[in-house]
Amino acid sequence: MPTNPATDNVVEVDKVSFGYDSRQVLRGVSLAIRRGQVVAIMGLSGCGKTTLLRLIGGALRPSQGEVRVEGRAVAGLTHEERVALRRKMGMLFQFGALFTDMSCYDNVAFQMREHTDMSEELIDDLVLMKLQAVGLRGAHRLMPSELSGGMARRVALARTIALDPMLIMYDEPFTGLDPVSMGVIGQLIRRLNDALGATSIIVTHDVAEALKLVDYVHFMSDGVIIAQGTPEELRTSDKPYVHQFVHGQMDGPIPFHYPATDYARDLYATDA
Amino acid sequence: MKTAVIDFLENLGGRATSSIHRLGFASRFLLLTLQNSGMCFRRFSLIAREIYFAGVLSLIIILVSGLFVGMVLGLQGYDTLVRYGSSSALGVLVALSLVRELGPVVAGLLFASRAGSAITAEIGLMKATEQLAAMEMMAVDPVARVIAPRFWAGVISMPLLAAMFSAMGVFGGYLVGVRLIGVDEGSFWSQMQDAVDFKEDILNGVIKSVVFGIAVTWIAVFEGYDAAPTAEGVSGATTRTVVTSSLAILALDFMLTAFMFRGA
Repeated sequence: MPTNPATDNVVEVDKVSFGYDSRQVLRGVSLAIRRGQVVAIMGLSGCGKTTLLRLIGGALRPSQGEVRVEGRAVAGLTHEERVALRRKMGMLFQFGALFTDMSCYDNVAFQMREHTDMSEELIDDLVLMKLQAVGLRGAHRLMPSELSGGMARRVALARTIALDPMLIMYDEPFTGLDPVSMGVIGQLIRRLNDALGATSIIVTHDVAEALKLVDYVHFMSDGVIIAQGTPEELRTSDKPYVHQFVHGQMDGPIPFHYPATDYARDLYATDA
Repeated sequence: MKTAVIDFLENLGGRATSSIHRLGFASRFLLLTLQNSGMCFRRFSLIAREIYFAGVLSLIIILVSGLFVGMVLGLQGYDTLVRYGSSSALGVLVALSLVRELGPVVAGLLFASRAGSAITAEIGLMKATEQLAAMEMMAVDPVARVIAPRFWAGVISMPLLAAMFSAMGVFGGYLVGVRLIGVDEGSFWSQMQDAVDFKEDILNGVIKSVVFGIAVTWIAVFEGYDAAPTAEGVSGATTRTVVTSSLAILALDFMLTAFMFRGA
């Protein structure tokens, strides 16, 4: 696939809009992701982060604008080209999405068996190497139901990198994990990205963990990018939304209360 | 009053069009499944594994039910036939009831509640836990890898289960009629052999069970794939699978019987 030598951006999102039925999720989003970087897309739940990942993976088509991966518009690809592109991408889903009817070993071997003609001996070596990279070689015989949340996420990570993807996408990788597992996953994301020479996109609302490991952050709110910069720039940002989000404050532009009628009137109404 | 009538009509019309829309969607889904069936036939182990889950694991309930249905037929049949002095025709009554009707229908109903519900719940949960989405992102088509093997496993298992149900039922009828009540063993078997026609009775029974197999598994995989990705969505889909496929079996049975056995 041709790359874009002028910018060396792996992913370019150009004025993309997208909506489900009547609800507009993304409104003219533009961003670029440079090769080799670990980039976070942050924002509150429901602000369109996961939708953006699905657009990059070609699972959805933008209603306006263009998503380019390695310089080629994803929406314009044929079915075969999209399949070929996805083989170069890996995606870690929110809760791992391990195949529950297969052991950890078979989960990691899945793509190798589906997409390559490798012999079982070679697959065996590769699977054990991938599991070793996430520290779970010893658990290769276990079924997903026998794993803790953090272990399942690590096995899913090993499965994601099974075919050495050039672009790895993480959909809320820290959700529901204890602090230790969270730290482990964070470090693995960084180490694997650098070791594989890949590019990573992390969609998350876990500020503290993400700012520790990423190179660049895009902030989204209500379907638009409202701020971007390095973690240091965002920590010291005086933009009210970013400040509230990064420091987890109750007061700010993001309202604490769900829209409601007047409080006093509601209370009096129940007395009547 | 006028608005109530209009509301009622709008509601009725909305339900009718949404049912037709859903049927169309299900038909396109079936077509998609058939188009993507090549891979699972090239890798037959995928189907074999699902035959184990849908077919082999349903064996116990099918065989035990078949035995009891056959034994009840033996008792009831003898009670009626003996009034007309033709208790020797008990074998014919048991065998014809089973291979023509009860085998395919009861085995189909049991298959829908045992295997159909399991298929729907499994596919629905795979969808709810993003396993199908993950497969798609790995450039593996979930319809070819997950849906088609389960569909064909059901279509292959159903006639075999129905045949085993009927065989077990005949054995149950024999146990009660011959062993317990004392109907003449020779006439039990020989009259059965004379009266049961291969093409007219057995083959038609097999055709019925193949049709039921297609209907039940089609409904099961579609409901699972179409389920809302929540606990409530999956449980609702599982219930719909059992209800819809049971009704489909009974309705199809009436239509098939009308075509096959017209008193010729």
